Amino acid sequence: MSDTFILDGREIPFAPGQTILQAAMAAGVYIPRLCYHPEFKPHGSCKLCTVKVNGRHTASCTYKAAPGLEVESNTEELNAERRTLVQMLFVEGNHFCPSCEKSGDCQLQATAYELGMMSPHFDHFFPDRPVDASHPDLLLDFNRCILCSLCVRASRDVDKKNVFALAGRGIGSHLIVNAASGRLADTNVALEDKAVQVCPVGVILRKRRGFAVPIGQRTYDKAPISGQARTTWQEEG
Amino acid sequence: MNVAAKKKLKVATTSLAGCFGCHMSFLDIDERLFELVEHVELDRSPLTDIKEVGACDIGIIEGGLCNAENVHVLQTFRRQCKVLIALGACAVNGGLPAQRNHLPLTDILSEVYLSSPGLGNGLIPNDPELPLPLNQVHPIHEVVKVDVFIPGCPPSGDAIWSVLTDLLAGREPRLGHGLIHYD
Repeated sequence: MSDTFILDGREIPFAPGQTILQAAMAAGVYIPRLCYHPEFKPHGSCKLCTVKVNGRHTASCTYKAAPGLEVESNTEELNAERRTLVQMLFVEGNHFCPSCEKSGDCQLQATAYELGMMSPHFDHFFPDRPVDASHPDLLLDFNRCILCSLCVRASRDVDKKNVFALAGRGIGSHLIVNAASGRLADTNVALEDKAVQVCPVGVILRKRRGFAVPIGQRTYDKAPISGQARTTWQEEG
Repeated sequence: MNVAAKKKLKVATTSLAGCFGCHMSFLDIDERLFELVEHVELDRSPLTDIKEVGACDIGIIEGGLCNAENVHVLQTFRRQCKVLIALGACAVNGGLPAQRNHLPLTDILSEVYLSSPGLGNGLIPNDPELPLPLNQVHPIHEVVKVDVFIPGCPPSGDAIWSVLTDLLAGREPRLGHGLIHYD
């Protein structure tokens, strides 16, 4: 008999060492998240996966499951807080979905749909973030970066190349390219790199691929992100 | 004696810094327009050509704010309408016109009217009739209180119909999967 904890009134089994989020995913229960990826060490930074454990807020991607925990996730209160976090991500960058080729395959957009985000609510920053189109096969559009650090972790831990890094602090945090020129063309990044595959939004894009699948027929056009808890991008990477 | 006809709701629509695509999508509710006109009567709208908005129950705004006249029209709509709807991406987050926001306005005007190839003796238009452009394009909720948002570029006819029928029935509008779209 394996150990269990309670998530929104439901008994969830877990293996020793699993986090709440991992156990929930294994049980097919969706908890919103943006910076978590099953192949990488949790970063715990986007805070979307925040749940209440025995009444206290904590990131479920970093909190280890333990027998008898009482966890709340899919509640009006927590979803309202998650919606606010997503709204802040939207106004902090330049997220113009109609002109983004990741639209329909974008985790940020799909999560906002899931949380019923009807408006950005806050005033927009409209930051100036020039794109890097220097690489022959890849485009970097920093306007859409949400600082999940998945490309940083993938490049460092899997590709062993350290092509990407987060620089600056607080509101000045931003994604940089590890080259003297700061340009992607001057790195040893390759199309097969894990770092190129993991971007949950539309920052790292393969050129000449954008509309191979038409808008309206994409991943989250077909089913909401909550209905894909154990499939698609998470497994494929 | 006939029962008195139920009073129709007054609805006004306008396009600010938009492309009229959302109005076209509104017309995509197709034959449901017949049902709609049973319940509503149009005030100011591109469909009626009434120039000034009167007291209305619902105001529908397409497009964001790119010039002083947009702001004026929006504020008038807010004063006159009980429920204000932001219709489409540009009204909701500025949309395509807001992609000029990282460029200084003087650079844009100069590029368009003075330095574009083929422009001889170009001149930046300065007729006092022309509304002054804003430094940046803004979504409408940054200037007035907005009650209902319908995102999408454009929102589908079905999404617009869903919100309108919810409002007519006195329900809080809610768009589920397939109707909520930002693209």
